[in-house]
Amino acid sequence: MGKKNKKFEWTRKHLLGLRDLTAEEIGFILDTAEGFEQVSTRSIKKAPTLRGRVVVNLFFEDSTRTRVSFGLAANRLSADVIDFSKTSSSVSKGETLLDTARNLEAMGIDIVVIRHCAGGAPKLLSKNINASVINAGDGFNEHPTQALLDVYTIRKERGSLKGLKIGIAGDIAHSRVARSDIWAMTKLGAEVTLIGPPTLMPGKVEELPVKVCYKLDDVIEELDVINMLRIQFERMGKAQFPSVREYSHFFGLTVERMKRAKDDIIVMHPGPINRGLEIESQVADGANSVILKQVSNGLAVRMAVLFLVNQAAMKRQKK
Amino acid sequence: MKNDPDNKLLIKSGRLIDPVNGIDKVADVLVVGETVAKIGLVNEECENVIDAAGKIVMPGMIDIHVHFREPGNEEEETILSGSNAAVAGGFTSVVLMPNTNPTIDDQTSVEYAHRMARQARKTFIYVMGAITKGREGNQLAEMGLMADAGAVGFTDDGAGVQSASMMLIALKYAGMLDTVVSQHCQDNSLGSGGVMNAGYNSSVLGLPGIDPLAEEMMLWRDVQLVKKTKTRYHAQHISTAGSVKIIKEAKEMGLPVTCEVAPHHLLFTDDSISDYDTNYKVNPPVRTAEDIDALKQAVADGIVDALATDHAPHLKSEKDLEFLSAPFGIASLECALSLYIKALIEPGVIGWSELIRLMSAGPAGVIGVDKGRLNEGAMADITIVDPDAEYTIDVNSFKSKSTNCPYHGWKVKGKVQQTIVAGEIRYSV
Repeated sequence: MGKKNKKFEWTRKHLLGLRDLTAEEIGFILDTAEGFEQVSTRSIKKAPTLRGRVVVNLFFEDSTRTRVSFGLAANRLSADVIDFSKTSSSVSKGETLLDTARNLEAMGIDIVVIRHCAGGAPKLLSKNINASVINAGDGFNEHPTQALLDVYTIRKERGSLKGLKIGIAGDIAHSRVARSDIWAMTKLGAEVTLIGPPTLMPGKVEELPVKVCYKLDDVIEELDVINMLRIQFERMGKAQFPSVREYSHFFGLTVERMKRAKDDIIVMHPGPINRGLEIESQVADGANSVILKQVSNGLAVRMAVLFLVNQAAMKRQKK
Repeated sequence: MKNDPDNKLLIKSGRLIDPVNGIDKVADVLVVGETVAKIGLVNEECENVIDAAGKIVMPGMIDIHVHFREPGNEEEETILSGSNAAVAGGFTSVVLMPNTNPTIDDQTSVEYAHRMARQARKTFIYVMGAITKGREGNQLAEMGLMADAGAVGFTDDGAGVQSASMMLIALKYAGMLDTVVSQHCQDNSLGSGGVMNAGYNSSVLGLPGIDPLAEEMMLWRDVQLVKKTKTRYHAQHISTAGSVKIIKEAKEMGLPVTCEVAPHHLLFTDDSISDYDTNYKVNPPVRTAEDIDALKQAVADGIVDALATDHAPHLKSEKDLEFLSAPFGIASLECALSLYIKALIEPGVIGWSELIRLMSAGPAGVIGVDKGRLNEGAMADITIVDPDAEYTIDVNSFKSKSTNCPYHGWKVKGKVQQTIVAGEIRYSV
């Protein structure tokens, strides 16, 4: 653990996004995660690192994978874990996000893992409470641990991201995964191409450190990795493309398209999958797919993040 | 006391700037009752004397765009607290927007605001009524009756009138009343749901954007309607370079179109939102450096008619929400003059005389009120400013009930010394 960065000292008490992180910091999280991956292979799958610490999963949006993954990660580190789900928005419930968080904090929590439909909600928390804040996805802003597990998975497969050509296909505009992926992958030296119709591209996309391609067929042959984003009908408002059929025709990862891809292309998806829409079942379940490995790796990455922010918070307390 | 000829006030040796009358000289001003009695060298003995040496004496400032939240949101601001903030900021007249709860969309509501203003007895308060009932854009409000009660114009501010045919009806009808129709230009089919300028920053932050086109398309549409109706039309808080171009062209065509700017659109770009600080959340949103340049150039070129504030108070607890949920608005009434000095005088965009015109006679002209000059016989609304006095903007010293002010902590110049309304000193530093 941390072999490659012996002198490096992690100082962040929060993990809000990857945009502000350096390549070194991202690398350090991944190195730390490697150490934690072994915990899951032991017969006693538990480390005492967070014993006596309280982690609250504060989820204002539906989530299965991320919430379970964070919960399990905290459990494996021996923390006490509280689940707090509230699918209605805080405002309509009559209590503000800050009031909810301050109440929880009054009960003595140490780490808040927050998912929220509004971009910037974790930032708001971090400015107003003493606990560590980990962003588990905020609006269209970032989903840092998802991107970390993405790059962790790629690094495990290929050793490094340097020089890899990575495609991210789908609804980029409404995707927090895409934004975090863009920052993480480009910082680690990959060349990222966004693929999708112009209506699903964010504004001023030309100012992002990426290439843009409107035809999957134009780039499929050169990609080392393709990350197929889920089409998020619930976030799109007015339909940004004419029909599911037309979308699949141009942007779906089909068996036919896979024939033109590199033999060892890595196929990724953050889940949940719309089978037959952005990705055909045979591809999602096929030999190139690492979709379930991503989920397994998520656990190690989240253990690393919990461990690091807690360590930074404890160090600050001592000072 | 009102208009008592024994009530005399002598303002000695100030630098008198009255752009309407082309005056910029050291002079005394004698106020008798509520009018300016004499300008020049006054040797008369007077009980009330203000030594204005080294200060600027100007026609009282007028802000044609404020939100005082009464009735409905008195926790944020009342007509009394807003009036206190106004005179502290040097404003002798302000124009209230009708987006209260209930909406100011009938005669009684206009009269209520006037009554509360008389009780506050601080600044002159004018009222803009709503164009449509409840500001819902569907049915014309009783504009005629509101005009009878003293409404100086109409606007659905906070929202634009979406339907072109509704706006055409409003403009035609207002023509009969000879009142101005003001528009918060935003086409909701493009801008709805947005919380900041649509651009690189909104993309990176993952926040829905308001495209500059949302403002420009409605403004362009309205100008076409004004071509047809020739009614006085005022574009509120324009924020984009494209809007400047549209206003310029309308003026070149000789149309009765005016516009205002707000300080934040001259001082902030959307880079300020990088930290999700909701004190920068305002509608129209703060834009880009190019837009700021175009707006400043428009001020320099005389395309802008009024410098307003869009003073929009909100509680800290309301602003302490997720950026998506927090309300739009910046409170700036008490520091507006200093902000405009920073935005316009310090970089040499305009000089004092033009700044004063745009904060007095300019806005008076927009609402059709005969104010903003200091000749003998004029209403004695006077603002006295120390142009060189430096101070730090501190929201904790605000008379306003709200502190949603991104300028907190700024070191600025130009401190209001006295605010004289109808011959009475209503504020003194």
